[in-house]
Amino acid sequence: MSDIGFINPLFQWAVFLAAAILSLFASIMMVTRRNPIHSALWLIVAFFSLAVIYLTLNAQFIAVAQVIVYAGAIMMLIVFVIMLIHLESQFVQRRKLSGAKVIGAFITVILFLEVAAAVLGSGGKTAKAAAGAALTGSVAEVGSALYGKYLFPFEIASILLLIGIVGAVVLARRGKD
Amino acid sequence: MADYIWLIPVFPAIGFLVNGFLGRKLPRALVSWIACLALLASFVVSALVFIEFLKLPPEARLFEKSVYTWISSGEFAAAVGFRIDSLSIIMCLVVSGVGFLIHVYSAGYMHDDEGIARYFTYLNLFVFMMLTLVTAGNLLLMFVGWEGVGLCSYLLIGFWYKKDSAANAGKKAFIVNRIGDFGFLLGIFFLVAGLGSHGVWTLDFGELQKNAHLLTYGAATVITLLFFVGATGKSAQLPLYVWLPDAMEGPTPVSSLIHAATMVTAGVYMIARLNFLYVMAPTTMFIVTLVGVLTALFAATIGCAQYDIKRVLAYSTVSQLGYMFVGVGAGAFAAGIFHLMTHAFFKGLLFLAAGSVMHAMSGELDMRKMGGLRKRTPITYWTFLAGCIAIAGVPGFSGFFSKDEIMWKVFANYGGSLMFWGIGAVTAGLTAFYMFRMFFTTFHGQCRASEEVKHHIHESPAVMTIPLVILAVLSVVGGWVGVPHILGGANRFEQWLEPVFGPGKEAAAPTLNFVTPAFAEGAATHASSPEGMLMAAAVIIAFAGIFIAYYLYLRRPEIPADFVRAFPGVFRTVNHKYYVDELYQAVFVRGLFALGRIAKGFIDETLIDGTANGIARLIGGIGSLIRLIQTGYVQGYAFAMIIGAIAVLGYLIMKVIL
Amino acid sequence: MLHGIPSSFYFALSGALFTIGAIGVITRRNAIIVFMCIELMLNGVNLTFIAAGNVLNSIDGMIFVFFIMTVAAAEAAIGLAIFVLLFRFKGTINVDEINLLKG
Repeated sequence: MSDIGFINPLFQWAVFLAAAILSLFASIMMVTRRNPIHSALWLIVAFFSLAVIYLTLNAQFIAVAQVIVYAGAIMMLIVFVIMLIHLESQFVQRRKLSGAKVIGAFITVILFLEVAAAVLGSGGKTAKAAAGAALTGSVAEVGSALYGKYLFPFEIASILLLIGIVGAVVLARRGKD
Repeated sequence: MADYIWLIPVFPAIGFLVNGFLGRKLPRALVSWIACLALLASFVVSALVFIEFLKLPPEARLFEKSVYTWISSGEFAAAVGFRIDSLSIIMCLVVSGVGFLIHVYSAGYMHDDEGIARYFTYLNLFVFMMLTLVTAGNLLLMFVGWEGVGLCSYLLIGFWYKKDSAANAGKKAFIVNRIGDFGFLLGIFFLVAGLGSHGVWTLDFGELQKNAHLLTYGAATVITLLFFVGATGKSAQLPLYVWLPDAMEGPTPVSSLIHAATMVTAGVYMIARLNFLYVMAPTTMFIVTLVGVLTALFAATIGCAQYDIKRVLAYSTVSQLGYMFVGVGAGAFAAGIFHLMTHAFFKGLLFLAAGSVMHAMSGELDMRKMGGLRKRTPITYWTFLAGCIAIAGVPGFSGFFSKDEIMWKVFANYGGSLMFWGIGAVTAGLTAFYMFRMFFTTFHGQCRASEEVKHHIHESPAVMTIPLVILAVLSVVGGWVGVPHILGGANRFEQWLEPVFGPGKEAAAPTLNFVTPAFAEGAATHASSPEGMLMAAAVIIAFAGIFIAYYLYLRRPEIPADFVRAFPGVFRTVNHKYYVDELYQAVFVRGLFALGRIAKGFIDETLIDGTANGIARLIGGIGSLIRLIQTGYVQGYAFAMIIGAIAVLGYLIMKVIL
Repeated sequence: MLHGIPSSFYFALSGALFTIGAIGVITRRNAIIVFMCIELMLNGVNLTFIAAGNVLNSIDGMIFVFFIMTVAAAEAAIGLAIFVLLFRFKGTINVDEINLLKG
């Protein structure tokens, strides 16, 4: 956004905070819902808010890819599978959380504390722009990197997707006929 | 000529290779010819070297030829090197000469045997090894020959391997020899180490002789004792003599060559060769003499109660070897070698003649079933008689001179002590007795054989009788090279060997404290009066022995039978060789088997298998424990990963903060 | 980059998303919900990469995210196919009852 000109800092903070809080809220809701469809929907909300955050970081291509691939394709797939597996009967069961899992959850919080310590320890510096032109995450730039320096991984990734397709088809076949 | 001395052992080696690879495809006569010619060639070369020696002054009689550097390790080096001096040329002549005669005899004796090619192959291999032993220039090559003759002895004793008794006898010979060889090897090690601590790293005989004075008295004693253990095994002295009587399972020419003339004398030769070490260790010399004289007596008593003619000769060999050890043990190395030479003649002859008797009697060995052979096998009779007279010590024959020399020296060199001489004299009497007991029983009196055997009695063919005659002649005249001064001779034999034995005695003279000065000065002075008396006493004892045998076995044969009836226990004990074999079986053989059982049961199965299996079980147990982590629950795995991430992150943060 | 917002906020947000996803992975019984939590974790990581790329002024962050998304897509396809199979064979997708990997 650097070439758009001056943007009101208050506006920036507002957008960021709104998106951040929404993503956190949505993810917590996702983790705690009993109905898997509800979880899926909350995850979509989280993805959208993340896309907004990517925009604030000047990564336009990634933001769009996030919406199309994650919120679009992957979530759709998940919703289909949830439907396929007739989970309506299951979700009515009262969830009994085993003690071991609760302890495990508490221990995982330590992970977050460590990340916080790492972040705070660095002094919360505002990043200075590195030498060179400020970068934009436009499609053109990403594209030229992908087809330039990262051509080989790009091709490998496409093969990976092919494998994924073939594998999914093979696995989901019903019987050998 | 010096450059060709390596041919002496090599000719029989060639014979061994040719007969070994091609023998079965060649006709029998050709096989015999090849083997005999190899020996003849070896003898001719030895004779040529001897003639050349005669032209040289005594100090120069030494040919050395190194063919190939075998071991070169740091400062130590050993070559395949041959050394011919006055001592080894005598041995070469004896081995190749008597060996040649025995080969010729074998051509006739083994004529019908289907394994004749194998026989001559082994026999040539044996002569090759024996000649290597006597011509070796260093102790390592000598040991190669030493082991080689042991191997050939095993092969030849067990020649008729399909007979259990022959195969077992071969094994017994080899194993008992091995015990002695262990002593020999330890001796070599101690010698190398002992000299090495003074910076001298060698096993060459010349070098050893020059540097032997560096060893301490204790070291010399230990080393010489160990070598003597080896000699005990190879030369069948107490306590390792037990294999020799059993070795009679082999063909008779083998007994003649290996167990009378050559291999069993290797121990005596070894001590003579290492005389410079032995004269530094009077304690060992005393032990050698003691063992020798006791063995002589012990074996002679057993010989009086045996009925198998080859067994009598076997125990006689053990006994005569005892005499040789008495000789070298008393410092009379030349006398010991002299007796070795004459013994080769008459004992080799006696065995061949016994073979001729067996040939005539269709393989019979028991003298009780013989008799009356005088007229029907005349050549065998006269040659056998010549051998018996020689071994009994009748004056003028070879055995007399050599045995008398030993007896005088053991008396003189031990300060006039009658102990050893006395035992030796008694043994001489017994020797005369049992030899003539055998002679009279076998050749005289009524023929006690079965009709069928009687019908087939015939003299042996010329190929067998000619060697007998030659050996008989040697048994008579062979002693004339060593006629002592007292009887007017010049004792040329002793003079001949002086260059080999003299320096050692001179070097060690200051250290000897148990012998009279006569020993240190050499054999020059024979005080005539004691020597004459001892000589006369020995002759009287010998004739007494002959006469007693004559009386007991020809005039009044019922007396021996009465004796056996009156003292059955005594006779049985002596007849069973004092049950020594049974004793060894109970103590050593059973003991080793028990040890083997312990090793298998406890050490191998419990300890070693237990350890190996235990470790395997331990690892399996640990695996089972660790396997509990693999619960199959994905969430568990995920949690483990998170724990890992926490740990790594924590470590990185710590590194930055601290 | 919005000049006003320090990068540490982005990293903190990303860490929070990751942790919430991790708690969900450990806690939930339904396999599909576990899968969705994994996707949430991946997104947290994506945010870290973008933010870091911004700090270091490098396009590599976005390229990495591109590839992460690709892999996540392939993983979703196959993973869900496996869930379908599991449901067919075991009749349940309750992770507490699936221990076919037990060694």
